[in-house]
Amino acid sequence: MSEQEKAAPQDVDSMSAKEMLAYYQAKLDGDAREAKKAGKLVCWSASVAPPEMCVAMDIAMVYPETHAAGIGARKGSQDLLDIVEQKRGYSVDICSYARVNLGYMELLMEYAKTGVKPQKLIDSPAADVPLPDLVITCNNICNTLLKWYETIAKELNIPCIIIDVPFNHDMPVPEYAKDYIAEQIKEAARKLEVICGRPFDWDRFLEAQKQTQRSVAEWNRLATLACNKPSPINGFDFFNYMALIVCARSLPYAEKTFRKYADELEENMRNGKFAMGANEQVRVTWEGIAVWTYLGQTFKTLKGHNALMAGSAYPGIWNLSYRPGDLKSMGEAYTRVYINTCAENRSRELAAVVRNSKSDGLIMHQNRSCKLMSLLNMEGGEHVRESLNVPYVIFDGDQTDPRNFAPAQFETRVQSLMEIVEKK
Amino acid sequence: MNRIDDIVKTLKTIASDPRKAVEDYKKKTGKGAVGVMPPYAPEEIVYAAGFLPVGMWGAEKKPIAKARAYLPPFASSIAQSIMELELEGYYDNLDAVIFSVVSDTLKCMSDKWHGKAPVVVFTHPQNRKIAAAVPFLVEEYRLLTYKLEQILKVRIKEEALQNAIEVYNANRKVMREFSDLAALHLDLITPAARHAVIKARWYMDKAEHTKLVEALNDELRKAPASAFKGKRVVTTGLQVEPDDVLDIFQEFGFGIVADDVADESRQFRLDVPAGNDALTRLAKWWQDFDGCPFATDPLKPRGQMIIDLAKKHGADAVIVCMMKFCDPEEWDYPILVKEFDAAGLANIMIEIDQEVNSFEQIRTRIQTFADVLS
Repeated sequence: MSEQEKAAPQDVDSMSAKEMLAYYQAKLDGDAREAKKAGKLVCWSASVAPPEMCVAMDIAMVYPETHAAGIGARKGSQDLLDIVEQKRGYSVDICSYARVNLGYMELLMEYAKTGVKPQKLIDSPAADVPLPDLVITCNNICNTLLKWYETIAKELNIPCIIIDVPFNHDMPVPEYAKDYIAEQIKEAARKLEVICGRPFDWDRFLEAQKQTQRSVAEWNRLATLACNKPSPINGFDFFNYMALIVCARSLPYAEKTFRKYADELEENMRNGKFAMGANEQVRVTWEGIAVWTYLGQTFKTLKGHNALMAGSAYPGIWNLSYRPGDLKSMGEAYTRVYINTCAENRSRELAAVVRNSKSDGLIMHQNRSCKLMSLLNMEGGEHVRESLNVPYVIFDGDQTDPRNFAPAQFETRVQSLMEIVEKK
Repeated sequence: MNRIDDIVKTLKTIASDPRKAVEDYKKKTGKGAVGVMPPYAPEEIVYAAGFLPVGMWGAEKKPIAKARAYLPPFASSIAQSIMELELEGYYDNLDAVIFSVVSDTLKCMSDKWHGKAPVVVFTHPQNRKIAAAVPFLVEEYRLLTYKLEQILKVRIKEEALQNAIEVYNANRKVMREFSDLAALHLDLITPAARHAVIKARWYMDKAEHTKLVEALNDELRKAPASAFKGKRVVTTGLQVEPDDVLDIFQEFGFGIVADDVADESRQFRLDVPAGNDALTRLAKWWQDFDGCPFATDPLKPRGQMIIDLAKKHGADAVIVCMMKFCDPEEWDYPILVKEFDAAGLANIMIEIDQEVNSFEQIRTRIQTFADVLS
């Protein structure tokens, strides 16, 4: 049992999954703050970078993408975007997760420098997380994560651990790519020994790997449940629970919460309770990141058409199944993420999500913040249309920059999709 | 003096019409050509195959129409331009096209090619400084070589690769000499002339280009000391085009003493290192290469490298030429400015958009900058 788990209240097991999600999210932030106070190390991490090495060295983890998404969902992103654009000169063309994060970092730096908490930080709905002592990044979901973490490391003058997973222009992943990634994991371990001033704990690393696999198994169980028709879960809930597969997959929190949630959903199914009650008329797959700043709006628009988000390839990114103890297998899991592969494989995986989720339509987010998840939307949509006879629409949006999303356009696009689905 | 003008004119003719240059080359030599997408690829492998490596850096002032259907407005200006050319069949005289995928846009572009030539993709490692990066890239280059051999129906031998590296290193050396000589003769080598001399190397046999630039360098060495009275600047960015931008620099008295531009000095400021295995040599170049936003390095040495370059050449300022919607370049900018300011190095940023026809905004910015510096 980990230190964090020992500190949890005895009644955590009696919580509902929703309560556990909120509890563990808050606890992760609290753990990071406590670690900082105690002089222990805090690492900011890319969302699909391997946390197993840092967890093995008892380093507290903070995930800026999840943090930024939370700020966006609580309508706090614009203030931070303004800071980083106006004060630091970062272009509005740069990923809004990164800009929100750098805006938050700017306020933390000011606080650290002056000892006076900036008013904008006091007013921000952002979860309270500390500045990092090191960062770890991985480019399996975009090369932006290289530039972003390069920048943090440079601005704060702290170590940066890179796990480079080369873009797979052909599939399957070649052995020499797995070798290269495995060597980087060893290199990261060596770097952490220097940073922490003690030998790398390979036993705890193996435990973290095993824990990650248990978390991933429960995560995948949830994804399978969404394939039921009618479904006991709406994909929007998936987006919320994603916080734990990102932030706690190498800790017991994610596994426990997902198991509880899957148990609840199975119980609901046995009792005839479904996400949309008896109203599930249309099932759609959502391709891309959520529009966090308009999460309610997008949810309600679909609900207004009795449409359920039954699938999304995005949460499947964290299907990081591998063999613990085998670094090449681990490397393969982190590099085979669908958006790190050629269009042929990407389209095939997207079509599998549409097919398995029994979706009637596909909604694709042309995300101003994410070129990698936008520039091949049309090709992916066409593949789904041609191979499965499932129609698609593309809407313009942004994950956390509210200026780049127009609710009226989204509603029109969804309406068009529903009309096409209806005619079929 | 006429000899200088003649050589510059020859190179400018080539640089201003790449398609004709390639067609002329094919007619003259009977050889084929292989396209090389920006920013970096082991052109030496193509050269060793007996084909002409051709840069694919978009087009000046090309209206974007067809590409709108395939790329969102926030794809970079150069990507839009290349896509437009692909759709118009501009690249259909190539035998193959090589894509590196150092940015998210390039990853996607490599998978939505609309030209006739077959595409070969390879991936640069980004954890570049560790030993394991080299064997990975060697394997990528081996695969690239194999695929080119299949497409081009040739055998690419070690000896030819080693020879190609020597040809390219000779060109790199002569280009570095040219850049330094141009800095001493800003009255003779205008910004547009400098760019033409450099740009032409993308559309010529490098050995031929080397001969011409060597001759140019000889003339520059003989030329009397410069009477240039304007401001000496270093340029940085992905690309500095169209020529109208360079002409505006000249109009307001700026001379380029050095550059950190992707299609210019970043290509030749570092030689491919010595070694017994050609592909390992090429892979090590990427490991040794520094100061580019597409080559990851958490130490971010680019700013200091530019500051050092400015000091070496007694530059008055840096002009950051920001390719529109090119986020790797945009990422570097705030830190560059911070470092330039701390070093007391005057700087300005202008936006590069290959499509535009109106340059009044750039003119105003450069004019104001000239006033500030004077």
